[in-house]
Amino acid sequence: MARAAKMYGVSFTVKVRRLFSSKGFVRGSLAVFTFFLLWQIGSMGLLPFMHAIPTPIEVVKVFWEFLHLTKYWQSWGNSFLRVAYGFVAAQILGIPLGLGMGWNRNFKDLTYPLFELLRPIPPLAWVPVSILFWPTNETSIAFITFIGAFFTIVLNVLGGVSSIPRELTNAAVSFGASPKQIFWRIVLPATIPSIATGMMVGIGITWNVVIAAEMIAGNTGLGRMTWEAYLASHTAGIIVGMISIGVAGYVSSMAVKAISEWLMPWKKIF
Amino acid sequence: MQEVLKTKEADQSSRQVPECLTTEGALSIREVGKIYDPEGVHVEALAKCSMEITAGEFVAIVGPSGCGKSTLLNIMAGFDNLTEGEIFLDNQPLATVDQPPRPGPDRVVVFQQGALFPWKTVLENVIYGPVVQKGMSVSEAEKRAKEMLMRVGLIGTENSYPGQLSSGMQRRVEITRALINNPKILLLDEPYRAMDTITKGASHQYLLELYDLTRKTIFFITHDLEEALFLADTVHVMTSRPGFIKKTLAVNLPRPRNFSMLISKQFMEMKAELVEAVHQEALKAFIAGEREMA
Amino acid sequence: MNPYIILSLLFAALLAVGAWRQKKKAALYDISWAAQIKETLTSKSFLLQMAGFVCFITFWHVCVVALRLPWFNRLPGPWECLVEWLNPDPDYGISIYTKDYYTHILYSTYRATTAFVLASALGICFGLMMGWSRKFYDYSFPLVELIRPVPPLAWVPLAILVLPGIEPAVIFVTFLVAFFVTTLNTLLGVQSIDESYFRAARCLGASKKQLLFDVVLPGAMPFIFTGLQISMGAAWFSLVAGEMIAAQYGLGYLIWDSYSLIQYPVIVIGMVTLGLVGWASSAIVRSIGRKLMAWRERELNVCNLGG
Repeated sequence: MARAAKMYGVSFTVKVRRLFSSKGFVRGSLAVFTFFLLWQIGSMGLLPFMHAIPTPIEVVKVFWEFLHLTKYWQSWGNSFLRVAYGFVAAQILGIPLGLGMGWNRNFKDLTYPLFELLRPIPPLAWVPVSILFWPTNETSIAFITFIGAFFTIVLNVLGGVSSIPRELTNAAVSFGASPKQIFWRIVLPATIPSIATGMMVGIGITWNVVIAAEMIAGNTGLGRMTWEAYLASHTAGIIVGMISIGVAGYVSSMAVKAISEWLMPWKKIF
Repeated sequence: MQEVLKTKEADQSSRQVPECLTTEGALSIREVGKIYDPEGVHVEALAKCSMEITAGEFVAIVGPSGCGKSTLLNIMAGFDNLTEGEIFLDNQPLATVDQPPRPGPDRVVVFQQGALFPWKTVLENVIYGPVVQKGMSVSEAEKRAKEMLMRVGLIGTENSYPGQLSSGMQRRVEITRALINNPKILLLDEPYRAMDTITKGASHQYLLELYDLTRKTIFFITHDLEEALFLADTVHVMTSRPGFIKKTLAVNLPRPRNFSMLISKQFMEMKAELVEAVHQEALKAFIAGEREMA
Repeated sequence: MNPYIILSLLFAALLAVGAWRQKKKAALYDISWAAQIKETLTSKSFLLQMAGFVCFITFWHVCVVALRLPWFNRLPGPWECLVEWLNPDPDYGISIYTKDYYTHILYSTYRATTAFVLASALGICFGLMMGWSRKFYDYSFPLVELIRPVPPLAWVPLAILVLPGIEPAVIFVTFLVAFFVTTLNTLLGVQSIDESYFRAARCLGASKKQLLFDVVLPGAMPFIFTGLQISMGAAWFSLVAGEMIAAQYGLGYLIWDSYSLIQYPVIVIGMVTLGLVGWASSAIVRSIGRKLMAWRERELNVCNLGG
């Protein structure tokens, strides 16, 4: 916002003041406030189906307790680690595959049919196969997360390579570039925006998959923590888990966004 | 009400005045000002801009990028309001500071990039105005639309989608879509800007024929000085931001116009005048680093 | 019926479809049908595609059955799965002959379709309203952004506790994912409509209601349909997870259950079926989209021919 303020030649404080008094901000805050108010009232017994849900105040209390437990932070670490493994592996394997498929027609013919055949299978359907295949529980969960992000990134990169304007490669050829130079100097940088998009979508999918995999087959992590709260009928714990997962997902998305913006200084991501 | 033009061969030096004038579409723009974001960035787009347009006149506005031509058109069309001054249409207030203008079928716009609805066929596009205003039944509108399309040489395209037509044809369809509503004024915002010269030439010819036939008031914005001189009766030069009318040139070429006029001495002299007037403003705008105001 | 006969019938059907597509291509290139078929079958592209596929199956077979490599030793082999799938009297109770197989498919499809239809109807309306009314957007967007980061599957435990029963809970979670995707894409679609279209419609005399139906809805259609395709995929994704976690019946449940019961070929059958059903549902949405947006098709065709 400071950057935007400088662009329009208006002082920072004026911009902040205008934001807080803008209609949008007021309405939004009102909506959020009403939401929490309704939740509070509903959980106190006024709405019929909400008797099982704890009030926001209870949730905050439980949240505070949780923040003091090492197990809570360990769960964060475990989940993040899994997300990191799967996501990074998907990028390392997926980006070259996508580039190869887009660049070399023969390679695409070899691999694309198989790729398209396996893609519609939801990542979680791979859980049993993964458990049977990989030696440890951790690796099998990492594999599932990998699958989620992998198909996304390959698809995005493939789309990116195919949409490079012909003029760019033609210009390079007319300057006497070899295919190898064209690939490294033109195709790769031109695909970066699609890689960024693929990463943004992929990180969301990865989180979803990690949580589900932990609920089904894991023994640690935020998903597991939420599931255990469910088994113990500790509803406030469930909600705390959900919020934590939401925050964690948001943080990872911001991290990926920052990486993407670093890769592409010329383009600002919405 | 419009009547068919009866021309008489007049001498070349005087401006051709048609015997029967259109009676609608007289615009009076008086000291119009427009300031965007007064408490914030305070961009003054227009300042004391005035002009008088008689009914049935073909007026062209030229000026550097970002000077406010489109802003003026938007106010006239009803998409934006002025912060100062007033505009009268046929002696009725169209836009004042207290009474914002509203868009309507008496002032139809033809847009720069073309705004034919891509999801409707050509016929559906053309009948859109009358049908939506509940002025005609669908079958009546279709009949009228087909007549107009035939006159324009576009018969056979009714069931195509705009995406399948060339840009010249698209513009013609858009103008037909506007004219079927019998507007008082036709507002054209650089409609031929994105065209190649050859298509542009053909489009000019079409527009001139249309003008000779219908004698509507036309308000035409362009960058192209030759285009302005070739098409219009009057050319106004707008200054760079804040915009007001710096110079008005009456075009003394007879109607119907033809291409040989483009190289006549008269034309060259008028063009020289315009070039000088516009160039000063363009230089100012260039130095100030104006960006195109959408 | 003998599984080999079924296999040959399926194979023949595949060949017929391929041959019919060659016919269309032959018309395009102006050569005879037979020549086109020969051309395709001998083209490098086709051979490579077949090679890739065959390689995969061979690799699978070799690792699992022939060499019995350590990591692969618990997986079922390709032939075993195929035979089981086509077996009139299957060892594990699931094949194309058993009623249970279709019960599972039906359950999953019913859940996915219900959730998808609900999410699409509500999502499109919501997205349109958000794009249309600034007021509505201001009130609803922060709420949406508050709830959206929570992965839908994290809702499963809460949904089970609050909603009356497992079925509604699973459908709800599936609905949630699809809803957010559809809403966001619809919103994007409305925002992507060029201002000129609105202005043109207004100066032609359209009222606000007419603007909604004549400009907003058709203009946002391409984005809406992209969103619907994505949401279909997302719906299946959530559904399978939900079924694995909590449901009775359904393909997700089948896969998990057969793992617990050590009926491994059924896992593969379940996965393949999921892939097929998921692909079919996306294809249906895609073809509906193409029908509704005939104007886009023709525009794209013109571009392709010219470009």
